[in-house]
Amino acid sequence: MGERAVQVSDAAKLTKDDFASDQVVRWCPGCGDYAILSAMQKALPDMGVAREDLVFVSGIGCAARFPYYLSTYGFHTIHGRGPAIATGVKLANPALSVWEIQGDGDALAIGGNHFIHALRRNIDINILLFNNEIYGLTKGQYSPTSQQGLITRSTPHGSLERPFSAGEVALGAQATFFARTIDTNPKLMTGIFKAAEAHKGTSLVEVLQNCIIYNDKTHAMVTGKEHRDDHQLHLEHGKPMLFGADNCKGLRLNGLRLEVVEIGRDGITEADVMVHDAHDPDPTLHQMLVRLRPPEFPMALGVIRAVAAQTYDEALAQQLADGQARARVRSVKELLHSGETWEVS
Amino acid sequence: MSVTASHKVELDRVVVRFAGDSGDGMQLTGSQFTYTSALLGNDIATLPDFPAEIRAPQGTVEGVSGFQVQIGAVDVHTPGDEADVLVAMNPAALRSNLKWLRPGGQLIVDLDDFESRNLKRAGYAADPLEDGSLEGYRVTRAPITSLTKEALKGVGLGTKDIVRCKNMFALGVVYWLFNRDPAKTLAFIADKFRKDPALVEANTKALQAGYHYAETVEALPSSYHIAPARIASGSYRHIAGNQATAWGLLAAAERLGSELFYASYPITPASDILHELSRHRGMGVLTFQAEDEIAAICAAVGASFAGTLAVTASSGPGIALKGEGMGLAVMAELPLVIVDVQRAGPSTGLPTKTEQADFNIALHGRNGESPVIVLAASSPAQCFEAAYTAAKLAIEHMTPVILLTDGYLANGTEPWRLPDVDAMPDIRRPTPPADTAVPFQPYLRDPDTLARFWATPGTPGLEHRIGGLEKEDVAGDISYDPANHQKMVNLRAEKVARVAEHIPEQDIRCEQSGKVLVVGWGGTYGALLTAVTELEVEGESVGLAHFHHLNPLPSNTEAVLSRFEHILVCELNSGQFARHLRSLFPGHDIRQFNKIQGLPFRVNEVKEKIMGLCHG
Ligand SMILES: Cc1ncc(C[n+]2csc(CCOP(=O)(O)OP(=O)(O)O)c2C)c(N)n1
Ligand code: SF4
Ligand SMILES: [Mg+2]
Repeated sequence: MGERAVQVSDAAKLTKDDFASDQVVRWCPGCGDYAILSAMQKALPDMGVAREDLVFVSGIGCAARFPYYLSTYGFHTIHGRGPAIATGVKLANPALSVWEIQGDGDALAIGGNHFIHALRRNIDINILLFNNEIYGLTKGQYSPTSQQGLITRSTPHGSLERPFSAGEVALGAQATFFARTIDTNPKLMTGIFKAAEAHKGTSLVEVLQNCIIYNDKTHAMVTGKEHRDDHQLHLEHGKPMLFGADNCKGLRLNGLRLEVVEIGRDGITEADVMVHDAHDPDPTLHQMLVRLRPPEFPMALGVIRAVAAQTYDEALAQQLADGQARARVRSVKELLHSGETWEVS
Repeated sequence: MSVTASHKVELDRVVVRFAGDSGDGMQLTGSQFTYTSALLGNDIATLPDFPAEIRAPQGTVEGVSGFQVQIGAVDVHTPGDEADVLVAMNPAALRSNLKWLRPGGQLIVDLDDFESRNLKRAGYAADPLEDGSLEGYRVTRAPITSLTKEALKGVGLGTKDIVRCKNMFALGVVYWLFNRDPAKTLAFIADKFRKDPALVEANTKALQAGYHYAETVEALPSSYHIAPARIASGSYRHIAGNQATAWGLLAAAERLGSELFYASYPITPASDILHELSRHRGMGVLTFQAEDEIAAICAAVGASFAGTLAVTASSGPGIALKGEGMGLAVMAELPLVIVDVQRAGPSTGLPTKTEQADFNIALHGRNGESPVIVLAASSPAQCFEAAYTAAKLAIEHMTPVILLTDGYLANGTEPWRLPDVDAMPDIRRPTPPADTAVPFQPYLRDPDTLARFWATPGTPGLEHRIGGLEKEDVAGDISYDPANHQKMVNLRAEKVARVAEHIPEQDIRCEQSGKVLVVGWGGTYGALLTAVTELEVEGESVGLAHFHHLNPLPSNTEAVLSRFEHILVCELNSGQFARHLRSLFPGHDIRQFNKIQGLPFRVNEVKEKIMGLCHG
């Protein structure tokens, strides 16, 4: 094991390198996971959380190896159960900053139940979903986010299933924070990771991640150089929904549908374009944004939804405090002797 | 009210069974009788018999709810094989409960309920009160409903509410029958209905009416007296197994100086642990009702990683779901208590009935070489100590511990002499030594127990990564090295095996050596002890070894077996522990006695079986 100066609990002094563990990173060369790791190591020193207060939990999959490569506390657990384990960590020690790393299979197939219930409870943890639309670790079977018709080792005739959109599932489960980013944009990633940490409640970050071995270029329509401008909509709260080369396009609401408009065409100006409100408690527009898909629409990136709501852990802390203030029984001894007892002499 | 009786009969012990429609308040009636008897110093054991369906149609056999209690002037360890007195509030209750009444026993029925419609609902072709089928019993036909109505005229309640008080009338009759002063129940009624004076008056009057009816009408041949038992002095309370389990966990958390994290998904008969613990936010209890049993155990594993005493509980179907989570705790070497309140299986089985068929899943029900500590509780009150011990061993040895209780223990109650909490053994947190090397090596072990250290998030300098992949000895990095895997498998096994050095030796009750050693574990203790004690008094050469520690077994187990000619392992399964003992200790004459009917052992059937071996 390598040598490292530890006992540094002053987060302000830390740099990216302080968050690298001594383990050799073992993803395939060219895997999108490298960039995500790097962006995380870069974001962590800015979050103001001491290293010992950071816990990275994961399930199983390529993505789930993530905690081994960070110098924080880490727990690589079992397939799909990460949200439940992270929930236990957070409830046991609410002072911790708890991160949970999932693949698309981990989060939306075997662990779908835990995923939706963590979001519904709004426990203050951060979930990163590495969506490569494939099962990487088990060598390339289709996943619940794979496009219909995808040829994989388990679907030689094409997958029959309609894919889940992680964001739609999340908003359906009453997520208070949903952001989407891509593995090819480090700046976008670090910014979103920091926003996720800042949000109180369950933050879900979907990272469109490339699996170069089993599902290469699955996100090319979004990430490819030739499409980048027209197929990426970078949302910022309070800013107009502009995209395209030189922000020449925008989104506006037409009846109950979003539509793409060109600035300057048919008298359309920036004022006609919708302004993003990530804080709107009503998720209707966020749902519409989450559903947008190229080539007809750009893919919405950035913080799509971030609304304030009470967290499970805050509410629990309140119940504990109230309970303690009101308690008539404060020790086991008192408990044993409470209620109906009698003496035998 | 004075306690009078024309003709008193002195009894050592008596079994009373109350049965009625689930709406008739039989559980309340039974527990009031129990409580009053406990205050008089009797030893007691109870067992409620809930209907499987919550809202079965009124008056049907499926809707019958029962409550059996044995009270004694001598030690009582079971609710009794058969009832001496059966109170049947309707034909369905009679039909489904008559089998519990001993020949010649006293039957009290509500005569008013035995009319054609109710008889038909209960499935009787002819009225059993008329057709001679009850000839072998002493039958008291009491018009309970009409007398209750009569007594409650003018209290200002509707007929429905008045009829609801008939259980108190029946209780009054039974109080007279056993010379019990109803004062405690009257106080209970006054408190329970304090917001509604009319209900206080009605229930009070019904109870008094029943008492006077029994006294004056002389509907009953005699009354009975059960003297106080000679039980150890101290403070007592009634406790059911699930409540005792919950409190034992609370005691362990308090001693450890930790919050208690309890995660579970509702399931019969384990839910009452969740219900009990969720009342104690004031004591720092974090209860978490998870989305399923897997989430429950996983949340508990997470809480354990974070440094808290973490517990999950379930019953058979849920335990089956928790296997992978247990394996993770085995591999990550984290403390975790898993309570399995066994019920009759497989699959959904008989949810409200008891069984001991989860021994195998507890011992072996995980993939890979995955040893855990397995304990079993032996009586409702003993669940307290068992739960405390489970938590202590989990933490001190950094391993999952499965505690087996069962439906019979969970719902059964008995008087419990309150322990001195301060005198309970210490629970030592395996904190990393102060001079721990940096970076922290998560699989460094305590040389005595082989437990690794509990380094918890929030502690600077101890940052580390663990998980379900095999880990390199000491350093804790992922390792695919063949020799290392063998070493870690051996270390995990040795760690659990060494627990035998930290637990008491197995004791033997009654004869210490001789002809037959009865072996049992878990909730059959009361029946086995009663059987063996009675046989010893009758001059048989018989002892009882009742195991609380199932894995590892106490270090003297083989020596205990060696002291007897024959071993008879009695279990409510088809011989799981017996097979285990045979495989570990070949060369002993290990026989088995098994019952898988969803019911506890009867003392008499156990005695018969032992006698067969003694004289066979
Ligand atoms: C209970 C269980 N079932 C199946 C597996 C095998 N398994 C491991 S990872 C995985 C899927 C991984 O896909 P994903 O979650 O998308 O992660 P990725 O590898 O793509 O990052 C599967 C099926 C397992 N480890 N555990
Ligand atoms: S299989 Fe795909 S997801 Fe897994 S490490 Fe390789 S490239 Fe990355
Ligand atoms: Mg994947």
